[in-house]
Amino acid sequence: MANDPIHQFQIAKWIPIEIGGLDFSFTNSSAFMVATVAAAGAFLFLTTSSRGLVPSRLQSVSEMSYEFVASMLRDAAGSQGMKFFPFVFSLFMFVLVANLLGLFPYFFTVTSHIIVTFALALLVIGTVVVYGFMKHGLGFLKLFVPQGVPAVLAPLVVLIEVISFLSRPISLSVRLFANMLAGHITLKVFAGFVTSLSALGFVGVAGSILPLLMTVAITGLEVLVAFLQAYVFAVLTSMYINDAIHPGH
Amino acid sequence: MFVTPGYAQETTAPALDEAHTVEDAAHGGGAFPPFDSSTFPSQLLWLAITFGLFYLFLKRVVLPRVGGILEVRRDRIAQDLDQAARMKSEADAAVAAYEQELAEARAKSNAIAQQARDKAKADADAERRTVEATLESKLAEAEARIASIKASAMKEVGAIAEQTAATIVQELVGAKVDKADVAAAVTAARK
Repeated sequence: MANDPIHQFQIAKWIPIEIGGLDFSFTNSSAFMVATVAAAGAFLFLTTSSRGLVPSRLQSVSEMSYEFVASMLRDAAGSQGMKFFPFVFSLFMFVLVANLLGLFPYFFTVTSHIIVTFALALLVIGTVVVYGFMKHGLGFLKLFVPQGVPAVLAPLVVLIEVISFLSRPISLSVRLFANMLAGHITLKVFAGFVTSLSALGFVGVAGSILPLLMTVAITGLEVLVAFLQAYVFAVLTSMYINDAIHPGH
Repeated sequence: MFVTPGYAQETTAPALDEAHTVEDAAHGGGAFPPFDSSTFPSQLLWLAITFGLFYLFLKRVVLPRVGGILEVRRDRIAQDLDQAARMKSEADAAVAAYEQELAEARAKSNAIAQQARDKAKADADAERRTVEATLESKLAEAEARIASIKASAMKEVGAIAEQTAATIVQELVGAKVDKADVAAAVTAARK
């Protein structure tokens, strides 16, 4: 059981709750969602509480994350997109902190479950679609008709655009989910080599140095991936929001 | 000494299989956890609750605060820059005024020096002229005196010559010589 790379993704019910035949139990996943939100919220809240004109180190971390996401969204969607800033910033911080928390041994990774990433992706696409129709009415459908396409090709292009639009929530969610899942499995497998090899006596202990080094290296890589995936998620969200604001390409 | 990864795999593989069966038995059905749809409602509900609260908290509290901090800082920096620019222009003006004053003072000092130099030169010239004038007058006076002394001396030379000539003639000849003859002879000799 200690060596099972899949075990870390098991959902364990901590407080069973059942409403209308559906299982809404408070699980380890729920606990880490709460932890993610609490850690991110507390960090942002406490580090900025002194409102220093000259920021302390931690305050400048909060400010940097703010300005990082703000400039990302402004670059992608223009100043009109800034009304979605709280949304994009929340997504970025949630995914980032969930990814990073998941790197701790024995911690559960919220974003390693497809349903969570898919829900977040649907939230993004839902926001884009609702805002797009609210803002532009049927003009939002121009998103699927690029300008300057010959009439003969138009049906084909529209078909491709529609398919690509519909695949967005899937690619957005699968990318994050698969990265987290694969990274954690790899890490667990290599770490498992270390323990099972070192049980073989002196030769095994000497041989386990290699997977140990790999584990350390992959942990470093996973920190990068955790950040990168949060960034990619936020960048793509910004670009989809840009589509909602300026559907006419 | 060196254990290949292949060997490592072999040793861990049975353990993995065993673990799988244990887990499968424990969790019934044994679906891959991320695809186990029985956990979806719970995850969706708690995600909605936590992410919703997180969104509201950030939107209402954190982001306005951070935005405020950044804005205050931006304003403050702009203000400080303005103030610095104003102070710089003031300093520039002060430097310009100072330099103008310096130039004026320099010009004035030059004028004063020139004036003093001119006055000193004029004084010196006047002094020299008066000294020269006195010297010239003294010279003329001296020349006049020399001339008069010379004239009187010349006059007395005639008388002495006459007397000497009369005495010499008297001694040589032993006779009295007429005074008028001697005077005539002396005058003729002196000519």
